[in-house]
Amino acid sequence: MLMTEAKLSRATSADGAPERLPPSVGSAGAATGDDNESLYASRVKVYPKEAHGRFRTVKWIVMAVTLGIYYIVPWIRWDRGPYLPDQAVLIDFPARRFYFFFLEIWPQEFYFVTGLLVLAALALFLVTSVAGRVWCGYTCPQTVWTDLMIAVERFWQGDRNQRLRLDKHPWSAETLWRKGATHLSWLLIAIATGGAWVFYFADAPTLAKQLFTLQAPLAAYLFIAIFTATTYVLGGIAREQVCIYMCPWPRIQGAMFDRDSLLISYRTWRGEPRGPHKSGQSWEGRGDCIDCHQCVAVCPTGIDIRNGPQLECIQCALCIDACNEIMDKVERPRGLIAYDTMRNLTAAGQEAVPLRIIRPRVILYAVAIVIVSAIMLVALLLRPDLDVNVLHDRNPIYVRLSDGGLRNGYTVKLLNKLYAPHSFKVAIEGLPGASLSIIGQEKETEPVVVVPPDDLQAIRLYVTLQKEGAAALTGDSTDFDIVVTDVAGGERTVHKATFRGPER
Amino acid sequence: MAKHNPQTPAKLETTGHEWDGITEANRPLPKWWLWTFYACIVWAIGYWLLMPAWPLVSSYTKGWLGYSQREVVAEQVAEAKAAKAGFRDKIAASDLVTINEDPELLRFALAGGEAAFGDNCAPCHGRGAQGAVGYPNLRDDSWLWGDGSLNAIHTTISHGIRADDPKTRMNQMPAFGRTGMLTEPKIDDVADYVLSLSGSGSGDHEAIERGSKIFAETCAPCHGADGKGNAAAGVPDLTDQLWLYAGDKATVVESIRNGRGGVMPNWSARLDPETIKELAIYVHSLGGGR
Repeated sequence: MLMTEAKLSRATSADGAPERLPPSVGSAGAATGDDNESLYASRVKVYPKEAHGRFRTVKWIVMAVTLGIYYIVPWIRWDRGPYLPDQAVLIDFPARRFYFFFLEIWPQEFYFVTGLLVLAALALFLVTSVAGRVWCGYTCPQTVWTDLMIAVERFWQGDRNQRLRLDKHPWSAETLWRKGATHLSWLLIAIATGGAWVFYFADAPTLAKQLFTLQAPLAAYLFIAIFTATTYVLGGIAREQVCIYMCPWPRIQGAMFDRDSLLISYRTWRGEPRGPHKSGQSWEGRGDCIDCHQCVAVCPTGIDIRNGPQLECIQCALCIDACNEIMDKVERPRGLIAYDTMRNLTAAGQEAVPLRIIRPRVILYAVAIVIVSAIMLVALLLRPDLDVNVLHDRNPIYVRLSDGGLRNGYTVKLLNKLYAPHSFKVAIEGLPGASLSIIGQEKETEPVVVVPPDDLQAIRLYVTLQKEGAAALTGDSTDFDIVVTDVAGGERTVHKATFRGPER
Repeated sequence: MAKHNPQTPAKLETTGHEWDGITEANRPLPKWWLWTFYACIVWAIGYWLLMPAWPLVSSYTKGWLGYSQREVVAEQVAEAKAAKAGFRDKIAASDLVTINEDPELLRFALAGGEAAFGDNCAPCHGRGAQGAVGYPNLRDDSWLWGDGSLNAIHTTISHGIRADDPKTRMNQMPAFGRTGMLTEPKIDDVADYVLSLSGSGSGDHEAIERGSKIFAETCAPCHGADGKGNAAAGVPDLTDQLWLYAGDKATVVESIRNGRGGVMPNWSARLDPETIKELAIYVHSLGGGR
């Protein structure tokens, strides 16, 4: 598609570049230029027009899916037996557990979350190097909520022109109720957003009941208030200011594009020289751009894409939709603004430049994603349901007994990651003549340790060698095994340990 | 890109700085940043008024809210104590054997005992209860006083050894040399004999033979004819492999010449009964308890 458009090229004049300041500079820096008086620029309000087209449809779908995930996920149930919460996704701070469907992460296993974050970052790098700021344009919460807030604003106050008119008029009853309804709707959305957030941290149905009967913990109300405020301010009021002045990501992403990244671009070679066009006029000797400013009108950050790649551009693709609509009307080919590469833009339609998606950096990111995923998967599959940690006493390392024997102390931690209580027999192997005793179970001949479901039980273990056994040791450190056997299933977990004695 | 980019707006004002063709745009800050800055100043002034803030010569501005971290800590300590009250009451009401056999009470007592041990006992007995010269190792299987039962340990902790307490554990190893009861050569012989009881020492048979006779007359009344001592009266066993002081001859000679009399405080005068119970349970759990 790109190639056919490229063949329709015409010579671009060397000074086809726009002579005016880009509106983005105007919006942020009204004081630049000749009058260098103020160091600060007032915000120029953006009135984004509604776009119609393929990308707008994609954005509506992405919004529905992402918001749906956000609001619905805490309400999904997941059966974990009678001892554990049945919420599919739950960050349980008091119990120090993170539940994610079939996965349950203990605090010491946080590397799984780290791995997920690494994967997310790599996926972001990959997408960015292939197709630019896809994250910013479609899925970033700031974009999604801003889009939602703008839709609400449009519902109450009308589209761009009506909103412009409303703001130009002196305040009236109509202004008041239209704006009031907008802000009220924004606040309700913000409360729903903050309200949904807290459900990830407690049992959703219980908390919902508590919230409405005013019996929820203070922290829940506090966090709803915080997220209500941030959603209202960032999504409703600040909007593009967040992307332009607060977010570090646009600065970082610039380093991830190269000449082969698909970025939303105005094809200067095709559009210039621009100018108004009347129906029936010839297209000879002029560009396809009729300077209708529709690309500027729909832009949520208020820039002119015709000024080339800009930091302010979140690459939401709405200008593509707007421009395509106009091109259809003036019966010129679509794609004056399109996803295109710097390499192809430089070629200016003179030669066919094939799309190079598979490039070293893309391969590098893809390989890194595969490696990290493989490591995570293996770690997950090898993750034991029962884990044994043995800590040898360090002070004293060993104790000498009255007959010349030796005793070592250990703290053994049994981690039961199953959803039912389990009993374990503890024994030692590989240390001839050694006897074992567990504090609290000294009288038992076969001590059994009961570990509650999804919990940890620490026991104190003493291993004693009488005179003969101690004399038979060949060094100051002897390896042996602590064997933990599941009473019900008979599964054995062997853990290496050392028995320490004096130097020989 | 060194080439002129036709898409660069012609009139973009720059700072004049240029690096390999990359120029720095001169753009004003948004005004709301300035307002954020002013808001921070207002916030700071409000904070000074509400919270403790400015140091004065001998005090500080307390703030209208009267917030104090010390008070918060005191409240949290009180809360923690209140939370433990149920267990503490149970420990007060139960005897030591009951506590030791109830897994939940045992865990609570061990945790409390470990903390109390670190605060009160570790300076002499060591952080790991491994003891030091003159301070017994509490982890081995030999007890200087008592049989290593919970009650014996509890008695020692409560009343101490040679402490200012009517029920304190008390005995005396005389200074045989200093008081002239034994001459230096005799002390030397007895020391040889004592070391031979645990299979160490010089192996000088004549000295050991001489020493055994002196031991039978002078030492056996307390340490027993076989030298096995008497834990009920705090008399150490001389035949085992453990030494409270050291197992070399000079130290044994020193013990016979000048006597020994280590002391331990009567902790009932310093700690509450529950803590002493927790300590007894903890020490009993260190490996030597019976």
